Amino acid sequence: MINRILNLADNNLILCQRNGEWCGHGPILEQDIAITNITLDLLGQARLWYQYASTLMNVDNNSYSEDSLAYRRNEREFLNILMVELPKGNWGFTILRQYFFSQFQFLLYSRLKNSGDTTVAAIAEKSLKEISYHIKWSSEWVLRLGDGTDESHEKMQDALDDLWPYTGEMFIAANFENEDECNELKIEWLQKVSPLLEEATLNIPENTFMQTGGKSGIHTEHLGYLLAEMQYLQRAYPDAKW
Amino acid sequence: MLNGNIENINLLLGEICDPEIPVLTITDLGIVRKVFEENNLFIIQITPTYSGCPAMDMISMEIRMKLIENGIKNFKIETVLSPAWTTDWMSENGKKKLAEYGIAHPNKFNNVDAGPKECPQCHSANTILISNFGSTACKALYQCNDCKEPFDYFKCH
Repeated sequence: MINRILNLADNNLILCQRNGEWCGHGPILEQDIAITNITLDLLGQARLWYQYASTLMNVDNNSYSEDSLAYRRNEREFLNILMVELPKGNWGFTILRQYFFSQFQFLLYSRLKNSGDTTVAAIAEKSLKEISYHIKWSSEWVLRLGDGTDESHEKMQDALDDLWPYTGEMFIAANFENEDECNELKIEWLQKVSPLLEEATLNIPENTFMQTGGKSGIHTEHLGYLLAEMQYLQRAYPDAKW
Repeated sequence: MLNGNIENINLLLGEICDPEIPVLTITDLGIVRKVFEENNLFIIQITPTYSGCPAMDMISMEIRMKLIENGIKNFKIETVLSPAWTTDWMSENGKKKLAEYGIAHPNKFNNVDAGPKECPQCHSANTILISNFGSTACKALYQCNDCKEPFDYFKCH
């Protein structure tokens, strides 16, 4: 149960840190604001999950907090999927990853909303309203860039080729997930994603080997660098506060 | 013995303004869900607007300050997530104040976000969306096609 919550929190936090790299560097002002607004939602959701995880973990003492979970865990303790830790790449890559992730989040949270655990259900219900905006925004961009100029199309196709091997992990059940549910999610996700990619004139790569490991703590070389930057302050000055 | 009473606390809460949109109070926004008494404590239940809204921590602090300043010390602030906050809880008075401040208020038609009803400057209905994301999580950016003024729209949520 705790790993389930940490996986949800870590996915959001790591993608948030990656997207945050666009702050002040977006292609135009409005889209810079859009991606950072989305990122703020991801951070807010991550905080709710971490707060809940820490209450579940503090059985005997109060040694866990949302901050300790975000800033004091090592690479191997993070349970996020590999897709969210990949470097931000170009704008097309960032957009496509956000779309894949938001669409996945929407389907998963639609199930969590009916969870018997009322805290899980409430966080999912609240997040879904925000995720709907994220899907709308990112899908419009996938369409505009995929079916855009020759150059934007080429960059989007490259982004799809690079990202696709990391999409499988979302649907390969970890020890905190249910295999049947993962299979159902995969079918539902493909039903949403495939028509949009087709409309955007993009081709899904075939016979792809799917990368895994993130959900059991085995990460790409990129996560360590990301954590080094994100955790620096709390590691150097433990318990520092604003 | 409890200092203060629920009615008094509600009045005090109605004096606290949103840090980002200072014309609205937290009661106009529907952030305060319930105030009640339990085991010699006043429980003040608030609900976050958007999960990542940085104003929420500040609002919590302002409630604390306001009540302490007024001699009320025996209270606890609780965050409730469900039912999720919606702009449907915004008061009519709040909507009016928003428009006067230059922000178009949330506008629903058939239960769907219909965009701003009119430009808050010249009241023309002829407006165009510039960006779905604006200066804060809760707003979108529009422009009036008649007076050409850009303006914020408080999105339905």
